[in-house]
Amino acid sequence: MTMQIADSVSLSASEAKARAKARAHAAAARDNLRTEPRAVRIVIIALAVMFLTVFVVLPLVVVFAQAFSRGLLAYFAALAEPEAMAAIELTLIVAAISVGLNLVFGLVAAWAIAKFDFKGKTFLITLIDLPFSVSPVISGLVFVLLFGAQGYFGTWLRDHDIQILFAVPGIALATTFVTFPFVARALIPLMQEQGTQEEEAAISLGASGLQTFFRVTLPNIKWGVLYGVLLCNARAMGEFGAVSVVSGHIRGETNTMPLLVEILYNEYQFVAAFAIASLLAMLALITLIVKTVLERHLDEGEDASDH
Amino acid sequence: MGLTLSWLSVIILIPLAGLFLRSLELSPEQFWNILSSRRTLNALRVSFGLAFAAACVNLVMGSIIVWALVRYRFPGRRIFDAIVDVPFALPTAVAGVALTALFAEKGWLGAPLAALGIKVAFTPVGIFVAMIFIGIPFVVRTVQPVLQDLDPEIEEAAGSLGASRWQTIVRVILPSLAPALLTGLALAFARAVGEYGSVIFIAGNLPNVSEIAPLLIVIRLSEFRYADATAIAVVMLVVSFVIIFAVNRLQRWAQSRIPAR
Repeated sequence: MTMQIADSVSLSASEAKARAKARAHAAAARDNLRTEPRAVRIVIIALAVMFLTVFVVLPLVVVFAQAFSRGLLAYFAALAEPEAMAAIELTLIVAAISVGLNLVFGLVAAWAIAKFDFKGKTFLITLIDLPFSVSPVISGLVFVLLFGAQGYFGTWLRDHDIQILFAVPGIALATTFVTFPFVARALIPLMQEQGTQEEEAAISLGASGLQTFFRVTLPNIKWGVLYGVLLCNARAMGEFGAVSVVSGHIRGETNTMPLLVEILYNEYQFVAAFAIASLLAMLALITLIVKTVLERHLDEGEDASDH
Repeated sequence: MGLTLSWLSVIILIPLAGLFLRSLELSPEQFWNILSSRRTLNALRVSFGLAFAAACVNLVMGSIIVWALVRYRFPGRRIFDAIVDVPFALPTAVAGVALTALFAEKGWLGAPLAALGIKVAFTPVGIFVAMIFIGIPFVVRTVQPVLQDLDPEIEEAAGSLGASRWQTIVRVILPSLAPALLTGLALAFARAVGEYGSVIFIAGNLPNVSEIAPLLIVIRLSEFRYADATAIAVVMLVVSFVIIFAVNRLQRWAQSRIPAR
């Protein structure tokens, strides 16, 4: 009797097991429709990881390894050189100018494109994108053609004793041109998505245009603004090609950090070159981390406006 | 309002117009002579040829990376996802010296490659490597969101109707990704053609062999041969225009293929 009961229990247990197995099989079969054999998966993951390691991780690691190859002392000594300090100072000044200018330009451009309809809108968007796809060298060249000794404004500038090329204004101009799209590009989709209803409500309730902008529009887009400024700043501090053409490479005066990296490297001062480069690499890494945080905020904002 | 807008376009338009005006000062014959000189032709060939080859590598490897990041779970996936953007964020001069140190004959990767008889740094292969480096985020970041949004039911339907996995990928998934793949290819190509900072350190810069077009512009400028610099720049600028235009058309095509939700 007990044997029988035990039998039937074990039978139903094995039956349940079989059913569970069948269910798992069905689920696996459905999953199998959307995935690859294990071997293929492993090969794909291995390829992706290997490629990113060789082309992205190792170059980053090399920068720091070379910078610290003679120890901490040599590293900080290289950074404390007056030339290095001058380059860091100039880089900060130029970045502040171009980020400031592009913040204003970007806000105005995005505001106009997102909130108004006018002729030539697509053309304007293409124009804004242009500095992204033009070679940085060409961006520098156009300013040489405008302000250089043989440029269109060259004689006038010389007569009035104004120095643009091979001086801070030229570097700031070229950097502003190259980083122009970042703020506008970050804001246009955001502002388009939010539409004009809130602004219209504010204005119909008696708010002035400026009040509407500062009290309604700006709070809605603050994460987008930060996002644009962040990327704009990273590019402004790291810009090489355009700045290299307009700077004139006057040591201690018109060398930004990326330009100093080139000069030191060509003089075989590798520790010094990689020390400056490591500062720029850290800037890039911090930018990426902050960017990830901001992206989360931007996604949350999107979800909130959906509900 | 209208004023601010015209002012905005002026900031970008005036410099570019200056470039075209300058090139118009050249007679067609002069223009042609500059462009058909051996050194210019070789520089353009190096820039465009290697940029296209690098963009093709980016297309293939970028697709594999996107697939791994979107479809599979593996340790460190989030970190690898985040570092795809490093070539965007890392200043080009830093990338240039880093890649050179890595692939130089005594570098971590250069030494084993040299043992195999492959020389990377200071050869056209070096240019190719640098162009692959800067192009990779363009393919990954354009294709990734499209693959993420792809409706899983389409694949299940194809699979349950008897298509093999390979057939489903080639006939169902690939066509849906095609506009994004082409856009990524075009963007990576455009970026690689104009790239300067990360290439010049590793290139070797030998005229006619490993000299890229942007570098030749810089050289001509330093020799005060403005006409030569302008002519090369105009050719490259026109190509950039064409690529932006093509990308915009591609995007419109992609949107028209997806039914409104």
